Amino acid sequence: MSAVATPAPRRLRRLERAAIAGVMSREVANFRTYWKGTTFSSVMEPLVYLLAFGLGLSATLVDEVNGVPYIQFVGTGMVATAVIFSSALPSMFGTFVKHRFQNTYDAILAAPVDVEELVSAEMLWIAARSGTYGCVPLLVTIAFGLDPAWGMLLTPLFCFVTALGFSGFGVAMAATVAKIDQFNYVTALFVTPLFLVAGTFFPIDGLPQGFQVLAQVNPLHQLVELVRGGAFGYEWADLLRFAFLVAFAAITWRVAIHQMRKRLID
Amino acid sequence: MAAIELRDVVKTFGPITAVDGLDLEVPEGICLGLLGPNGAGKSTTMRLLTGQAIADSGVLRVLDYELPAEAKTARWQMGVVPQLDNLDVDVTVEDNLAIFARLYRVPDVGAAVDKALGIARLHERRHDAVDELSGGMRRRLLLARGLVHEPRLVLLDEPTVGLDPQIRTELWTLIGELKARGTTILMSTHYIEEAERLADEVAVMHQGRIISRGRPAELIGEHAGRFTAEVYGPPDRLAETRAEAESRGLSVRPAGPAIAIVGSERADGLVPDDAVVRAASLEDVFVLLTGEEAD
Repeated sequence: MSAVATPAPRRLRRLERAAIAGVMSREVANFRTYWKGTTFSSVMEPLVYLLAFGLGLSATLVDEVNGVPYIQFVGTGMVATAVIFSSALPSMFGTFVKHRFQNTYDAILAAPVDVEELVSAEMLWIAARSGTYGCVPLLVTIAFGLDPAWGMLLTPLFCFVTALGFSGFGVAMAATVAKIDQFNYVTALFVTPLFLVAGTFFPIDGLPQGFQVLAQVNPLHQLVELVRGGAFGYEWADLLRFAFLVAFAAITWRVAIHQMRKRLID
Repeated sequence: MAAIELRDVVKTFGPITAVDGLDLEVPEGICLGLLGPNGAGKSTTMRLLTGQAIADSGVLRVLDYELPAEAKTARWQMGVVPQLDNLDVDVTVEDNLAIFARLYRVPDVGAAVDKALGIARLHERRHDAVDELSGGMRRRLLLARGLVHEPRLVLLDEPTVGLDPQIRTELWTLIGELKARGTTILMSTHYIEEAERLADEVAVMHQGRIISRGRPAELIGEHAGRFTAEVYGPPDRLAETRAEAESRGLSVRPAGPAIAIVGSERADGLVPDDAVVRAASLEDVFVLLTGEEAD
């Protein structure tokens, strides 16, 4: 056997690290070709939102919310916005395009990689990226006067776990829809409502009772509360919030694998 | 040991039976051409062998691994060259190969990439993005990607479909080199010439099963005889000649504007002087067995 050949046969296990790392290395190689645009928009978007909502509204309508300057209230909430838009949408569209138009998954599944490893790798990559970009609004808000706090160091972890859940959601949706334009329904029915009732721009305790209950099962709302906890002080309930996000990620992971298996294996 | 062993394999998609009681054995070290018209079940067979399709019934063993349970381990020792170009077009040639070397758990990724670049003859273009390559270079890269881990078995799914003749010839040379190294190859194709030039043995697939198998010369001898006479003329004359040939038990098939009398050495006095008599070919066999026109 030559120096480059495949190692001696052994039975491959489930969720092999080498398979997951291999799939992620493909994502990294592709990301190197478009990271500038993604990074630019990830920095600019929160900046624009903060200028429009934070400075605009705080100068005219809202001074502060629950004792927190409005710009800091919005800035900490914007972390959740950045996370959903950098996880759910790329996983939906990216997965669909790679499967239907680029036949990328056919190539990967012809190698010693199974659907479980493929989906796990895709979710981990998107979550790692989203966990990083999700912190940008917090950094921008610090530039706008938010005091740094030790608790904020957990923000990347919260973003990562939430993004893991939303990337699983996106992959599952991509494996479920028949045509790419059906993502309009997904966006209108799920993504936008989740984004609006997360407590980013206004506190949810001002909403009707029904919406307040719904907000409690909104992972984005839990993330917003955790990020604000990191900035303004944690409470015991935050442990439950984090557990909720972990459960959300675990459920969407399994659903995404199930849906992708149905889609990819005849 | 057979590299591939399929016994009574059935695969349906709703009301369509794509693979219908398929029996196929591919010994190690040979190149078997799976020849069949579109819709014969060749691509489904390829997907069954990679575990991307699950058979309804039957026994599938690849490199002594039971499928689908051990499909992932079997794929570790296999290389697959797909019909469709699914390279990462924005990524460099080198990275495309490196990604797959990692997926195949190759210990020395750098050495594997170098070797694959040599196979694809793309050393000079290693840092270029794939979308800067010509069509021929991309196909060579696709082939090299399937060989980056030096597999024991290679599945080539219509490797030259849709390519112009020059690129096809380039790929045939590469596949020939692979054969010379003793790698077991299963190659699906609907190009007669491809099967004739590359395959040690040809299995003709039709409606989901193998209907004939052997070395090209054996298949020709068995099904088509020694000579084929192509008869040209007005439709009335062709119809008359055809009826006469068939009444003598000869096989006749359309051949563009002509009819071809297969096994014409047995057609005493029937073949007109202006007919073109040539050696019987695999194409004659293919058309006779499948009833489909060959590419």
